[in-house]
Amino acid sequence: MVRVMARTLAEATRRVLGSRRRDTRSPAASPSADAGDAALVADLEAAIGADRVRADAAARYLASRDASIYREGNAGPVCYPGSTADVVACVQVATRHGRAVSPRGAGTGLAGGAAPLGQPVVLSTTRMDNLIEIDLDNGVAWVQPGMVNLDLSRALAPHGVHYAPDPSSQAACTIGGNVANNSGGPHCLAYGVTSAHVLAVEVVLSDASVVTLGDLTAEPAGYDLRGAFVGSEGMCGIATAVAVRLTPNPPAVRTMLLCFDDVSDAAATVTAIIADGIVPAAIEMMDQRCVTAVEDFAQAGYPKDAAAVLLVEVDGAAGGVAIAGERIAAIARRNQAISVRTAADDDERARLWKGRKSAFGAVANVMPDYYLHDTVVPRTRLVEVLESIYEIVDRHDLLVLNVFHAGDGNLHPILAYDSRVPGADERVHAAGREIIEMSLDMGGALTGEHGIGVEKREYMSRMFSEVDLDQQARLRASFDPHCRMNPGKVLPSAHSCSDIGALRASDAAGVWG
Amino acid sequence: MADFDEALGDFAAEVGSDGPVCVRGGGTRWSLGGESAPGTREVAAPAGIVAFEPAEMTVRVRAGTPVSELHEELAAAGQRTALPEREGGTVGGALMAGESSVARLGLGLVRDALLQVRYVCADGRVASGGAGTVKNVSGFDMCRLLVGSLGTLGLVGEALVRTVPVGEVERWVRLPGADPGAARSCLTAASVLWDGTDVWAFLSGYGVDVDEDLSRLAELSAGPSEDVDGPPDLPPHRWSCTPEQAASFGTGNGAGGCFVAEIGVGVVHASEPQPERPVDPPVAELNRRFKERFDPTGRLNPGRDPLRKP
Repeated sequence: MVRVMARTLAEATRRVLGSRRRDTRSPAASPSADAGDAALVADLEAAIGADRVRADAAARYLASRDASIYREGNAGPVCYPGSTADVVACVQVATRHGRAVSPRGAGTGLAGGAAPLGQPVVLSTTRMDNLIEIDLDNGVAWVQPGMVNLDLSRALAPHGVHYAPDPSSQAACTIGGNVANNSGGPHCLAYGVTSAHVLAVEVVLSDASVVTLGDLTAEPAGYDLRGAFVGSEGMCGIATAVAVRLTPNPPAVRTMLLCFDDVSDAAATVTAIIADGIVPAAIEMMDQRCVTAVEDFAQAGYPKDAAAVLLVEVDGAAGGVAIAGERIAAIARRNQAISVRTAADDDERARLWKGRKSAFGAVANVMPDYYLHDTVVPRTRLVEVLESIYEIVDRHDLLVLNVFHAGDGNLHPILAYDSRVPGADERVHAAGREIIEMSLDMGGALTGEHGIGVEKREYMSRMFSEVDLDQQARLRASFDPHCRMNPGKVLPSAHSCSDIGALRASDAAGVWG
Repeated sequence: MADFDEALGDFAAEVGSDGPVCVRGGGTRWSLGGESAPGTREVAAPAGIVAFEPAEMTVRVRAGTPVSELHEELAAAGQRTALPEREGGTVGGALMAGESSVARLGLGLVRDALLQVRYVCADGRVASGGAGTVKNVSGFDMCRLLVGSLGTLGLVGEALVRTVPVGEVERWVRLPGADPGAARSCLTAASVLWDGTDVWAFLSGYGVDVDEDLSRLAELSAGPSEDVDGPPDLPPHRWSCTPEQAASFGTGNGAGGCFVAEIGVGVVHASEPQPERPVDPPVAELNRRFKERFDPTGRLNPGRDPLRKP
């Protein structure tokens, strides 16, 4: 039942994404596509079974993109390993044929991290989706990387525990993908992002050796290679099993909807809540345009006449939850909230969250295309940052919907547009660039939870010095000296060592030209 | 990109680009991972708080600053950090040792507290990892790689550290003969220690929640609970166990001698040292590759190896 639902949602997501852009490119159009891979495909089939390898144009087309607007990905044969041994075998075969390897989860990434460059062998983890073990004594569960995030939390529910990181795409995205991106989600404000919830990872390295990074003890010996691996966007190896921390369900939860007739009042409320020493489980913000889109799509019960709404959740022991709830309500009123509503029951709570989590889908009703940023700014500067975003977007004659993790300053301005309109793509990119520059000038970061992938790669030099990037390249090269794992991502081309060499010569020009 | 403060430049100049060098903090965990090789030049990291932003819940601090001094400053705003306070111990030392506080259930782990780090690389240049915000996944995670690295990959000069609010009410209590598992299930328990007989709990949170937990715990204790100033004296050797092993420590063969176990965590403080933990050869090889890439000439903190912790 669980699985059927997840599949359906994944398909729904794909349909929405598919409708966003009309694209005539297909890998079959590139000359070296199928024929030259015959020996490689035969070896892969011999290694893991013919039913686990696909080299047809359709499979490769689907594996060539993720949920970003990046369209230059080009997959080689796509493998569906069922075990760690299968992954090892695929890496060995790929290496023998001089090909790179790109891992892939559900493909819900938003930065092109899973878009394969240079026709690598793509390893899809979708057939490694089992829950291996729940270990309540140690507060941990071992899962395979292809397990869907929401499936894991559903499987854990009978035990009174859950997996805390909850990306908006949790109905489709996988734990392996979450590990690759160090994914976040609304509830990471209090609980921390993926890295705080991964205790150990079994990894197949580029030399096909299998290592377990981290362990279940309190203080594993050696460098924190678990920490270095999480968030490495598939460039340090392939996770084949993940030990995730189990978080006890809080006995009390209060979900509140705070409405304002000025965006600045909402932003000031966020800053004031944090400054007051309250650590809510989540503080999410949506502006009027987003609320309107969400209401038309999901009927969550948000008021369409508010300029901005905050969805705030506090959890923990009952007494403290009540006190924190009262204090938050008082702060909101001091900041001119026009209404303060507390969800009366689980149904209302679920409806409020459904509205928030369907925001990206709702955009499809507004415009056929959207481009999403993920910068982080100091949460004390939200008011001026939002004013800047509206100014930038107006100047480029675009539409923006703001929905974001306000509590940790993680912005998600959605630039909604129609790529069929001449010049629209250029305006979207120009505005996006300005939003990134402005965020960095405010003391911010390029990405809070979506990753760098290919889309933000060339911005890395704006955030980090040459020395900083050289250090990051060393981290990557320690895991993967020959840059065979998901080459061409994260680091700007000057720092990606022999990445170019790992790509097929026939394709390199297309990627870097 | 950062404009480095002058103190960092001076620190980098002192570290230089040649010859074996190490940084000494308070020396509270000085022998962790092995003794410093003879002939290693000792330098001191710069000290002082650069910027405390209470509304942002972050503090930028130089590595040579004593943790207790930092926490005194933060206490005025009702905040602290996850870094453990040891007599004379410094921020840089706490980050490089990577050992979390006994109150980690409430404060969080040291490895999750470091948001941005500025450090001197083996070639003498200053590098920066992480970001100036509370959330960031831009690029590879240098912060987590450096925490617990014992200064063998880079020498930390400055850190941006997450702060956490001090509880409205905070109490250490001793609970004679209590069930450590039950104490662990208290939501306000920031620390639960067990010596095989008695339980010490550090409760931190809203007063109403702490009171409720205290009355629950009183029912579970063999005798009346008593308020105490802090944790019991901890035996000298640190063991890294699973939570399950810690909860049954000392049963059976009595290995470890006298002990105080951190329940729900897995650290056990024992009178006997932990037997050497076997390291998987591929993991040892990977550790070696990191050292070689970041410090090709082996000049940073020679003699130490994080694989030999604790």
